[in-house]
Amino acid sequence: MTPHTTTTATPSAPASNPARRRRLKQKLVPYLFITPNLILFTLFMFVPIVGSFYMSLNDWTLMGESTFVGLSNFVGLFTDGVFWQAFANTGYYVAGTVPTTMALGLVVAIGLNRQMPGRTFLRAVYFVPVCISLVAVGLISLWIFNDSYGVLNNLLRTVEIPTVPWLSSSSWAMPSLIIVTIWIRLGFNMVIYLAALQSIPTELIQAAKVDGATGWQRFRYVTWPLLAPTSFLLVILNVIFSLHVFDLILVMTNGGPGFSTTVLVQYIYREAFQTGEMGSASAVGVVLYLLLMAFTLTYWRLSRQSNNAA
Amino acid sequence: MVVEVQPPATETAGREQRTKRAKRLPRGADLVIWLALVCGALVMAFPLYWMFATAVRPAAELFTGKFDLVPSEFAWSNFSAAWDKLPWGTFYQNSVLIAVIGTCITVFINLLAGYAFAKFSFKGRDVIFILMISTLMVPIQVILVPTFMVVSEMGLVNSIWGVILPRGAEAFGIFLVRQYLVSVPNELMESARLDGASEFRIFWSVVLPLCKPVIAVLTIFTFMWRWNDFALPLVTMQELSSFTVPLGLNFAKGLYYTDWTGSMAMTLLSIIPMLIVFVIFQRSFVQGIASTGMK
Repeated sequence: MTPHTTTTATPSAPASNPARRRRLKQKLVPYLFITPNLILFTLFMFVPIVGSFYMSLNDWTLMGESTFVGLSNFVGLFTDGVFWQAFANTGYYVAGTVPTTMALGLVVAIGLNRQMPGRTFLRAVYFVPVCISLVAVGLISLWIFNDSYGVLNNLLRTVEIPTVPWLSSSSWAMPSLIIVTIWIRLGFNMVIYLAALQSIPTELIQAAKVDGATGWQRFRYVTWPLLAPTSFLLVILNVIFSLHVFDLILVMTNGGPGFSTTVLVQYIYREAFQTGEMGSASAVGVVLYLLLMAFTLTYWRLSRQSNNAA
Repeated sequence: MVVEVQPPATETAGREQRTKRAKRLPRGADLVIWLALVCGALVMAFPLYWMFATAVRPAAELFTGKFDLVPSEFAWSNFSAAWDKLPWGTFYQNSVLIAVIGTCITVFINLLAGYAFAKFSFKGRDVIFILMISTLMVPIQVILVPTFMVVSEMGLVNSIWGVILPRGAEAFGIFLVRQYLVSVPNELMESARLDGASEFRIFWSVVLPLCKPVIAVLTIFTFMWRWNDFALPLVTMQELSSFTVPLGLNFAKGLYYTDWTGSMAMTLLSIIPMLIVFVIFQRSFVQGIASTGMK
């Protein structure tokens, strides 16, 4: 504060000088404002991102030296069956979570967009899982899905349905994770759809009603097209969330049984911090990074095309 | 359509009627929808109730294999028994320090940067902005290894700063502040500039008061992320004395093994701070998600 005032007030300097200095300072101001973030981003984002590309080309163990090995980490990956299983599991998880959370979120949002008793409270109940830590959710789920004493199997026994080996069978572990993820993320999708629904002018719906459109037709031909930008955004966000899933799987199954719930980020963590293969872990990171980029760009382009066509 | 034609006086009457109608139980199809939503809410609330019911139950009741929803009695001693098994006091202290200091720093520098991106034009602005925003897509696990190396080079392993500083590179807040300030008219800052206020002074006494709603949203979200953070502390906080609450919970999972009452009791304690924040700031929470989602 003070240095600025003193510079402008310096009487001995020629008339043009303080003005020029002030202009220079004016130019520096925005850089000063972004400096703290720029330093942190450089140290903890840009350097690590470039570093992960570099490390993926090297044979690198946690303590040892690094040697340049070109693309052999990638060749190693593509010939590793576990990598492909992690790849497939990631696809399974994304396919199991994204459409379901979006559809349920939309249904609940439409339901809660009308007047009803306890509406605010109901919204809060649907939304509350969003703010709970995934480790806590993982522990609660472990207990609920417990094979012998979990409440789900107790319930199944009570109504005399055969119990399900939720987390201990390689075919049920992933569906269990997907169910938990839906529970976590439904509220998030609901809130965003609710905001979009509230921005739709009621006149449009009313006009469709006057024209004799049924409830379904009003939804299909008025509401749904107007929700398109929101749905587009939600697809991207949900896919990113699903590709990032880590805490929940680490706590609930640690990738097992076998490798049945090992997703790509899980595989990275295993390679890096349990096997100690930093190079190969970084190679998976690079693959994941490229996948995300490719997905976002294609999806963005596709949706722009369909927007232009319409 | 009809309401529009009516004079304002009856419009307020109509609104009163509508609120009255909202309080009454719905009928017909509306009732079916309402009941379905209530059932859905019960399913959503069940896991949290079950955590509570398990935490306060006598441990012997867990292993009967029966489906009973209500504990026969409250065994509050479960909490103290579980608390004494690990240095939870230290875990909470670490978590609170990380969450509070981390939130203050992140929010403050995000406001600075967001303001610069919104209200100044300078060389490289758009490139830097896009580079920062694109990091939102990068999963933390992808850069976990090199980030850990940077942290350990700086000698910050086992230090709260090894979690606070890397997490300060948070693009969400910059984006949020920029979007918010872009729509604020420049005149306010210009007139302060004409009055001879320094740039930091303008930021401090003109821009910050304008940003109150966005500061609220940002604070809540950053606090939540810091409080719930797991992957980064998992690799940088390696000693028991530097553990955060989520790390403690994960550690306790192996330690308590079949002690589900203890495990659920500690889980319940760990989410109480977030539940309180959620109940108090519910509106800002929802607003924050909705507004970032919309833009």
